[in-house]
Amino acid sequence: MGLEHYLSIFTKAVFIENIVLAYFLGLCSFLAISKKIDASVGIGMAVVVVLTITAPINWYLWEFLLKDGALSWIHPSLSELNLDFLKLIVFISVIAAMVQLVEIFMEKFSQSLYNSLGIFLPLIAVNCSILGGSLFMVEREYLLSETIVYGFGSGVGFLLAIVALASVRYRLRYSNIPPRLRGVAMAMLLTGLLSMAFMAFSGIDL
Amino acid sequence: MELFNSESKKIISDPINVNNPISLQVLGICSALAVTIRVDQAIIMSLAVIFVLSSSNVILSVIRNFIPNRVRIVIMLSVIASLVSVVDQLLQAYMYDMSKQLSVFVGLIITNCIVMGRAEAFALKHGPSKAFLDGIGNGLGYGMIIIIVSFFRELFGSGTITLPNGGAGYVLFSIPESWYAAGYENIGLLVLSPGAFIILGLVIWFQRELIGIEEEA
Repeated sequence: MGLEHYLSIFTKAVFIENIVLAYFLGLCSFLAISKKIDASVGIGMAVVVVLTITAPINWYLWEFLLKDGALSWIHPSLSELNLDFLKLIVFISVIAAMVQLVEIFMEKFSQSLYNSLGIFLPLIAVNCSILGGSLFMVEREYLLSETIVYGFGSGVGFLLAIVALASVRYRLRYSNIPPRLRGVAMAMLLTGLLSMAFMAFSGIDL
Repeated sequence: MELFNSESKKIISDPINVNNPISLQVLGICSALAVTIRVDQAIIMSLAVIFVLSSSNVILSVIRNFIPNRVRIVIMLSVIASLVSVVDQLLQAYMYDMSKQLSVFVGLIITNCIVMGRAEAFALKHGPSKAFLDGIGNGLGYGMIIIIVSFFRELFGSGTITLPNGGAGYVLFSIPESWYAAGYENIGLLVLSPGAFIILGLVIWFQRELIGIEEEA
């Protein structure tokens, strides 16, 4: 498969099937953090890093432990049901462990990166977009290389969406919004509009 | 033990009303939107969340004195993940069509911030009976909002109201053919993701007007 195939997976993950705006994943941190632009960039970068690391690891576990091993009844054609309890537990533990590892690694080797991303890392363990990325990877039966591109692309999609929303919310400080619409309610309406704008990308033929 | 004194009632009713997990605590929105295309999906999802939330609250509250603080997140996640697996298996066994429709979103209850949030904020600090009531209350508050959102999305988006049954769902109401013949059309946007965001935004706004809570910025 050529470069175009990977480019199309990447474009799909970033724009057309944006993990936040089309699949509603990672909304909790999306709404909570998007009040400030620099914090949004921070958590966006952290999501990119963690998704790019965990998706391939979970792919290996899926391919060589969960799919073929003693539990061979987990046939990929059934995986869209996502009913296999071991899959959930294994994936979430890998994510929690990886988040912890990335945090320790950063603290040791890159103090400046740790200072900017560190506080967001614990939040990411329970960010649905990370687990969602792994579950979608299984559901769509990606190859390893496709998984890496998909994980990275989904992370970039999250980064793009959260920075876009944060910028709009920043501008809105100067607008006169009805008092009880302020905050989350307004952020939801804005996300709806952003999502509508992103839907325009679905016209792209890949 | 007085289970139904005023304090217990407050623990149950607050999350439904003035401290709603979705509209005021802003937790658990991820799954709230994906399952609101049809009312029956929203009802099943609410039941699943009520079950997971109340049981995880009770279990974590019982073992709260034995959990070392540093590893509490991993312990919480494993308790929650096991409970979600139970729900997953039950759905697969008894409501196969429904589990197929909900796809990855049942699994994503694990990372639903409501479950983690309530465990962290309430269950680890209170006794089991209170934690149970807190779980029921927050589950009901969550269910109320997603059922309202799904009602509007299904009625105006697809023109039906579907209730859950063992199979593909029981259609309680659908907009008569004569309306379509007279020029009525469903709003296709509501079925797509922007519709979910906008309806939920309006519901949150409406509820905050009712309760009278404002947020800064």
